[in-house]
Amino acid sequence: MSVQPAMPKCWRMESKPHKFCPGCGHGLVLKALGQAIDELGIQDKVVFGCDIGCSLLSWDFFNVDTVQTHHGRTTPVITGIKRANPGVLGIAYMGDGGGYAIGAQHLVSAATRNERITVILVNNTQYGMTGGQMAPTTLPGQKTETTPYGRDIQATGYPTQGPEMVAAITPEGAYVARGTVANVKQLKGFIKKALENQMAGNGFSFVEALSTCPTNWRTNAEETWKFVEQEMTKYFKVGEIKVPGPREKEGQ
Amino acid sequence: MPEKPIQGEKRVFMTGNEVVAWAALAAGAEIMYGYPITPQNEIMHYWTRLMPKYDRKFLQTEDELSAGFTTVGGVLAGRRAFTATAGPGNTLMQEPMSMAEAMRLPVVVVVQQRGGPSTATVIYSQQEVTMTTLGGNGEGLRVVYSTATHQELFDYTIKAFNTAWKYRFPTFVLGDGYQAKMRESLTFYDPAERGIEMVPTEPYVGKPGMPGVDRPPTHLRNTYNVEEELYEVLKDYLADYAKAAPEIAEYEAFDTEDAELVVVSHGVVSRAGKAAVKELREAGYKVGYFRPITLRPLPVDQLREVANKAGQLLVVESANGQLDRLVKEAAYGCSAEILPMFKPGVGITAEEVVARVKEIKG
Ligand SMILES: Cc1ncc(C[n+]2csc(CCOP(=O)(O)OP(=O)(O)O)c2C)c(N)n1
Ligand code: SF4
Ligand SMILES: [Mg+2]
Repeated sequence: MSVQPAMPKCWRMESKPHKFCPGCGHGLVLKALGQAIDELGIQDKVVFGCDIGCSLLSWDFFNVDTVQTHHGRTTPVITGIKRANPGVLGIAYMGDGGGYAIGAQHLVSAATRNERITVILVNNTQYGMTGGQMAPTTLPGQKTETTPYGRDIQATGYPTQGPEMVAAITPEGAYVARGTVANVKQLKGFIKKALENQMAGNGFSFVEALSTCPTNWRTNAEETWKFVEQEMTKYFKVGEIKVPGPREKEGQ
Repeated sequence: MPEKPIQGEKRVFMTGNEVVAWAALAAGAEIMYGYPITPQNEIMHYWTRLMPKYDRKFLQTEDELSAGFTTVGGVLAGRRAFTATAGPGNTLMQEPMSMAEAMRLPVVVVVQQRGGPSTATVIYSQQEVTMTTLGGNGEGLRVVYSTATHQELFDYTIKAFNTAWKYRFPTFVLGDGYQAKMRESLTFYDPAERGIEMVPTEPYVGKPGMPGVDRPPTHLRNTYNVEEELYEVLKDYLADYAKAAPEIAEYEAFDTEDAELVVVSHGVVSRAGKAAVKELREAGYKVGYFRPITLRPLPVDQLREVANKAGQLLVVESANGQLDRLVKEAAYGCSAEILPMFKPGVGITAEEVVARVKEIKG
């Protein structure tokens, strides 16, 4: 009997242990995704695209067909694949910088077109891969390499409410949720529903995952979990934001 | 199964953009992704009108970054996929094309050049040569066909798909606004009836079987951990490119054997070059004509032969020396003097070329 927690079946053993820093949330999000893929039995249908950012480290993470794209461009690559071959299940995996800054126009447009793809976005409140600069999601007052005195909301605005934006602009059929690596079971459930939404051909599906970056946050384990559970949730509400069904008419 | 778009041979008279749409249909292109920009718009217009009948697809994207990256996606899915753009759109297109180079993806892009820099004119230029041949961060691992007639727009659009899928380098058809908008006669044909076999496509992702069980998973990347790792990959790519280059390179030339001066031009300007050389020959001038059809890779050996035989090359182009730079690099160390005739963003007539040659020759 193994004492190790079981790895999802679709994980690629040859590329484990994975390359994320200790305590990084990316591994947990990919665990939730791996479990969702296993439970849905879709390993042979999934095409996984990873962005440039720490997500790029997942280019050989799964035993699923995978393409590593450019910073911010995973959404159009997966869109292009899905449009050309609707038989696959397209997953675009990216960071908050990739999705909400450089690739924001792609996210907005894929959402408004209700592309039948699933976007999973890891919100770690800054640019992990490039060494911890401010991202659209950086919390007010949060210190990063480019906000060394803390994010000044007068000068740089408030944290981007990604799922709320996606929920507002998607037509009916879309699925939008925000999970957290502090609750992997719930996160897996959201990702599973997002994939099921794509499988049903309902519309766009989007899951943001609140995640950790102890390396750039410069936090120990306790501070890391405190930040993700207590600080981030002040600005980012965890839960399902939009589930398929007709949009409620105004005034009703 | 939908019928073939073109059956038998047919004389037609139409704009270049319409020709490109028909050629892509005839080549079996399955999906186009695009973003509006003049002067390529009508490629999308004709494609979207024609496609339902022939069961093809189209996606209008949010910009040319997306048009390029979705086309990359279409190719990854194993489809003959293409896009079309111009000017500032071509600028944005360079980012996805660098990914296509990095992963050897057979993306086809039709470029109808317009004036630059910036928004400039929507009409015409040959100012996208440098960008189309060498754009993006990388080494220009791509193929560029520069067409001169509507017949060539048809022929080379079909050929671009085959070159791309055979050699797995992104491939461009470089036209211009004049070719895009002008009407001209040409012959349509079904490639198969001409003995042109379309190179089969295959998916990179979404292949049959359970990845990791029945087959290895596809894992495509463009990031490398160390310099040497990248260098190993690039060495192979560059060797493949060098090997393919002489097979891919094409040119057109005449009267170069005894020529004292050879007019070098490409694309629509080569029509003026050709007419001028014919006229000058009749008037007793020892002039010749050389036109690279592929701007990348260039027909280097043939160009060098001419540049060692003729005393002078006159490079004629609607840009400020973009072809000239390519010619000079290829002809480095050759004996010919290389003279300019540059009119950036403006058309060039045979009369102007004749006058320039007479000026040089006295
Ligand atoms: C066009 C372009 N601009 C900038 C970069 C540099 N870059 C690489 S990763 C990255 C930020 C990644 O941050 P995020 O998307 O939040 O992902 P994380 O690493 O935090 O998971 C940047 C700016 C790039 N690769 N490409
Ligand atoms: S830098 Fe941050 S996001 Fe990147 S792998 Fe390390 S902990 Fe994870
Ligand atoms: Mg980030």
